[in-house]
Amino acid sequence: MRRVVITGIGLVTPLGCGVEATWTRLLAGQSGARRVTEFEVSDLGCQIASFIPRGPKSEGLFEATEWMEAKEVRKVDEFIVYAMAAAEQAIVDSGFKAKTVEEQESTGVLIGSGIGGLNGIANTSILLKEQGPRRVSPFFIPGRLINLAAGYVSIRHQFKGPNHAVVTACSTGAHAIGDAARLVALGDAEVMVAGGAESPIGRIALAGFGACRALSTGFNDRPTAGSRPYDKDRDGFVMGEGAGIVVLESLEHAKARGAKIYAEVIGYGMSGDAFHITAPAADGDGAYRCMRMAVKRAGIDPSEIDYVNAHGTSTPMGDEIELAAVERLFGNSAGKLMMSSTKSSIGHLLGAAGSVEAIFSVLAMRDGIAPPTINLDNPSVESPIDLVAHKPKKREINTVLSNSFGFGGTNASLVMRRV
Amino acid sequence: MSDIADRVKKIVVTHLGVEAEKVTENASFIDDLGADSLDTVELVMAFEEEFKCEIPDDAAEHILTVGNAIDFLEKNAGSSAGKPAA
Repeated sequence: MRRVVITGIGLVTPLGCGVEATWTRLLAGQSGARRVTEFEVSDLGCQIASFIPRGPKSEGLFEATEWMEAKEVRKVDEFIVYAMAAAEQAIVDSGFKAKTVEEQESTGVLIGSGIGGLNGIANTSILLKEQGPRRVSPFFIPGRLINLAAGYVSIRHQFKGPNHAVVTACSTGAHAIGDAARLVALGDAEVMVAGGAESPIGRIALAGFGACRALSTGFNDRPTAGSRPYDKDRDGFVMGEGAGIVVLESLEHAKARGAKIYAEVIGYGMSGDAFHITAPAADGDGAYRCMRMAVKRAGIDPSEIDYVNAHGTSTPMGDEIELAAVERLFGNSAGKLMMSSTKSSIGHLLGAAGSVEAIFSVLAMRDGIAPPTINLDNPSVESPIDLVAHKPKKREINTVLSNSFGFGGTNASLVMRRV
Repeated sequence: MSDIADRVKKIVVTHLGVEAEKVTENASFIDDLGADSLDTVELVMAFEEEFKCEIPDDAAEHILTVGNAIDFLEKNAGSSAGKPAA
């Protein structure tokens, strides 16, 4: 199989719009969480979420119409706009333009989402009930379908290669990058634009995830303290929104055009828990086998990994199970490993989490610094692993692992290395 | 220009994202204003909502230009071509 590298990155997150805007605030230990004021929350258990800050992109903020024409923005749910914004950033960053027909046909898009246009579906259901079918927009379906993020990006940039989407709940973003890297490795495409996007925040998602007992409910008066992976007071995740998109290409293609190379995707692992629809298996075997497969595919020893970006959602059950699985994989080398959950800062971006966090892992290598796990005041268990509490840690980082686990017992791990 | 013509043109500008000068009575939604078939469906819905009427599908098929829309709505606004809007 051909070697695959990352040559462009783009982010829209609750810390900002743009890679540097987000990364600076992440390293500063800031949180994107706040109390929900956009809709009624008084009857909901969880009344906080991590929102993308709105405003001009020149200030590192997000304004939908700077990334998509106003008439298009009206037609789609926001996950598509976030995907367009992050893809645009990544493509510009990569310096790649598909100019010839051949280049267009060998460039594809693979962008997923966990729940896509959930808010649009919910609102249109109400409209249908109250006003009847003649008021349902012709853009209702194409503006909610998950693969339309990839569709819109391909139309904008004239990428005519594989056009695909992943839907694996909270593993989506990682699976998208892993699967897209495979398409490049196997020669189905020279360049792939890949990642995840999500715009879940709304009454219906807060009610639904709340009913699953997955959300934080005890920090409504202290939103920025709500996401606290590994801390003994954690009580669920804080929902976030955004997108993370990368440009992947074959190493030869990147070299031939003199592209800057962030990292090589050297390992990709996948597994299923085959256990429960929402809960991870207590023995962490699914997570362990997923990481083991990624490391094996990378052809390295776990001890070569310097930093792990954990799935670590801040749920009482999940964090310790993942931590134990990582300790099992790393064995004696766990003592020199750094692992953090950046969900402590940005919240849980569901289908976008895996790709956003893969980008954070790449930046950790670029700058030689591990982003912190904020709010980790009192770890619930002792671990030989350095969980990078509160403050980032400077250290040379050459190889990283990024974990994502989703409802349904679906797991994905990516191993990336400096080139 | 009639009040109805004004309101029609405003809707066209908003929905198709085109400059007001281009929205002449002879302008075709698809050929001159860049609409696709879905846009035209949505435009008709917007007219229905603005003018509180129902535009049946067979009538909508003949609304191809800004002028067609104005003519139809001048005759049918409020009263509706068929049933009142739900």
